[in-house]
Amino acid sequence: MARGIKDKVAILGMGCSKFGERWDSGAEELMLEAYKEAIADAGIDSKQVNAAWFSTAIDEVHVGKSGIPLSTTLRLPNIPVTHVENMCASGTEAFRGACYAVASGAADIALALGVEKLKDTGYGGLPGGRGGPLQALWSANGTAPGNFAQLATAYMTAHGVSAEDLKKAIGHVSWKSHQNGAKNPKAHLQKAVEMETILNAPMIASPLGLFDCCGVSDGAAAAIVTTPEIAKAMGKSNIVSVKALQLSVSNGSESGHNSWDGSYFHTTRIASKKAYEEAGIKDPRKEVSMFEVHDCFSVTELVTMEDLHISKPGEGWKDVLDGFYDADGTIPCQIDGGLKCFGHPIGASGLRMLYEMYLQFQGRAGARQLKDPRIGMTHNLGGAPRENVSSVAIVGRYE
Amino acid sequence: MVGIVAYGAYVPRLRLSRQAVYDANKWFAAGLRGLAKGERSMANWDEDSITMAVEASRDCLSSHKAEDVRNIYFASTTHPFKDRQNAGVISTALSIEQNLSASDIGGSLKAGTQALVAGLNACKNGGPSLVAAADKRLARVASSNELNYGDGAAALLCGTENVIARLVGHHSVSMDFVDHFRGDETDFDYGWEERWIRDEGYSKIVPPAIKAALAACKLKGTDITQFIMPSLMPAVPKQMAKACGVAEGAVRDLLGATLGDTGCAHALVMLVDALETAKEGDRIMVVAFGQGVDVLVFEVTAENAKLPKRMGVSGWMKRRKEEKNYMKFLAFNEMLPIEKGMRAEFDKKTALSVLWRKRDMIYGLVGGKCKVCGTVQFPRSQVCVNPNCHAIDSQEPYAMAGLEASVMSFTADSLTYSPDPPAYYGMITFPEGGRFMADFTDSDKEQVKVGAKMRMTFRIRDNDTMRGGFKRYFWKAAPA
Repeated sequence: MARGIKDKVAILGMGCSKFGERWDSGAEELMLEAYKEAIADAGIDSKQVNAAWFSTAIDEVHVGKSGIPLSTTLRLPNIPVTHVENMCASGTEAFRGACYAVASGAADIALALGVEKLKDTGYGGLPGGRGGPLQALWSANGTAPGNFAQLATAYMTAHGVSAEDLKKAIGHVSWKSHQNGAKNPKAHLQKAVEMETILNAPMIASPLGLFDCCGVSDGAAAAIVTTPEIAKAMGKSNIVSVKALQLSVSNGSESGHNSWDGSYFHTTRIASKKAYEEAGIKDPRKEVSMFEVHDCFSVTELVTMEDLHISKPGEGWKDVLDGFYDADGTIPCQIDGGLKCFGHPIGASGLRMLYEMYLQFQGRAGARQLKDPRIGMTHNLGGAPRENVSSVAIVGRYE
Repeated sequence: MVGIVAYGAYVPRLRLSRQAVYDANKWFAAGLRGLAKGERSMANWDEDSITMAVEASRDCLSSHKAEDVRNIYFASTTHPFKDRQNAGVISTALSIEQNLSASDIGGSLKAGTQALVAGLNACKNGGPSLVAAADKRLARVASSNELNYGDGAAALLCGTENVIARLVGHHSVSMDFVDHFRGDETDFDYGWEERWIRDEGYSKIVPPAIKAALAACKLKGTDITQFIMPSLMPAVPKQMAKACGVAEGAVRDLLGATLGDTGCAHALVMLVDALETAKEGDRIMVVAFGQGVDVLVFEVTAENAKLPKRMGVSGWMKRRKEEKNYMKFLAFNEMLPIEKGMRAEFDKKTALSVLWRKRDMIYGLVGGKCKVCGTVQFPRSQVCVNPNCHAIDSQEPYAMAGLEASVMSFTADSLTYSPDPPAYYGMITFPEGGRFMADFTDSDKEQVKVGAKMRMTFRIRDNDTMRGGFKRYFWKAAPA
């Protein structure tokens, strides 16, 4: 295996806008809101940024193509800006680009910034109608909830889990995120919700009800990265460093070959295994302090915790119901409210997850601060269970 | 010997309750009460005359090789395209292209019999002819037509070998008797008074034509054992038969109680219905009226009993779901300005160049089979999908439309736009290999389960109304 990224990159500063239905802001204002916080946190100015990576996923409804929107909005000093898009994993991809630039020595300080302004479409939910002219002729006319609902039906079939048990478990996933989101002033949804309300909510795509689906939010998040040596030289303490960055992309076997049963994320299993190796983690269930995973839908989170090799296959639902991932559980998951409540401005989401890790490791997470977290994993998934990009990052204290 | 060698039919699953229609409209048209009996077939929102003709043709060709067909005639008064050969869509869906002459025939309720005459003539020297007829006619709200019409299709394979019904003879007259018409500025028929049609039309045009046909066939009226004649006036076929010496017992039921009148397809639908139970020696007369009249006489041979079982009219009639929701009928037929929401606004523009390159995949549901590892896959791609193979340029075309699939996962989606929400779709797998995320159709909550067996059916996927109604067709999965 390659030598990997472990401890080669430190986070110098981070910022995150308030997420939500930001009727007051366009993508540009959101970008600047996150950037101002990040640059103040890093203690640098724009002239010190050597290169930038800019992530969006549905830019056709807000900023459009290229690196120009970022460069123009921030008035960056004509540095390289790369626009990255890898569906809902775009934010982690921007971070990966910036980290690789620093680790290679090509840049001393690099910026990753992700944004999505979705609430200018006139309707709820994600804009549809993407995919090329061939896909439009044959692939089912589905939505994200419909695609992920099928993860639930396949999971129940594969593991013999009853519809009632699964509904309760995924209900608990959302209940927990609402509990956590209520303590996060930047979250889109900051209200705890009763279990009964969750279970009786209207159906969106069976078996997923309203509370099983994350909302559509506007927001931006940013990370400024450098090497641990430069961070130290700048007088930083409590340094948070990158331990692993892995990405696994479907090659069509799940969607086209009968070897996949639909009940798990093939790519997440691969990416997380490689990440643990890269970070030198032997027993993740014991070593990882916290998770921020891609809970676009409640069932996604449940299944992901198995594919990250934390819960055993077919038993994630039991861990969930046991409170293993609750704020006061063994490994808190979505302590910031997750996509479900913090929100899901797509291109920003991966960076938002890292933002929470960064705050937690620095002891700056306020009412939701965990006790002494050391290692955290983010998981950022784009696409559908049958065809996706699965991105994981491990970050932790630099020791 | 020239004649029919195979038959098939198609009737949509939904049957609209006429009482439900009447209940909605009686405040306005109380006079329709007499028609408020039984049910009529009702196409699903994703069915039109092309899709129904494809299904009937598949039924017909279940015992024969599609690639042997040399001529195809598609009769309809509701062809989805005015300029773009509708028969060509059918032949592509059946994976027939080479050595094929295709024609659309329309413009009259005898288009079905005209197509049959053309098919019989062509097969004498040009190989087997497939004759398909389908209609999905719209009618004004609270009209008698709305209650009388039905949607459906029939297909007949004409040939010279193993003939099940020999053509004894035929006779046609053509005259511009306008009992009704549909101008190009409307979707609806406009008709004249029924009694005039009966007295000046049927009574004066049909009997002489029947008598001429009988004379040409050297037969008497009493020789006819099955008399087929569609009409919206149920008494008329019996009157015509009587006028020509055909026994009243020979007059076939019009299928009005459970199906309705399927337009120019109806004579052929009734013929298929008759052939399903016909005995050797039966003499079947088919009469179709519409700006003249066509009369064809067939004699059933011993081969009819040997024809492998198929759905036919009776099989599709048994696959039935009652529909009492008249509003749904109106919405499916775009006769109700229903609020579809912004999700219905997504552009449905079809890249015609892509459609042409991928026509076997899209219209024929042709996938690939890897020559190296044997894996069947859809779509066919350049690199084999089998994770243990990944051979390059190794796949041969593999037809999948006729294979039974099963449901691996599914959902009922209330968010996506569908004319019939919730939208059922899911991953379907083929036992031979291959899978894809397919739209489901003709599906109810009770039927769609993991492991359920599904049959592929050719349907409308989208309608590009921004460009005048370009229908996108593809295959969907329906409960088997």
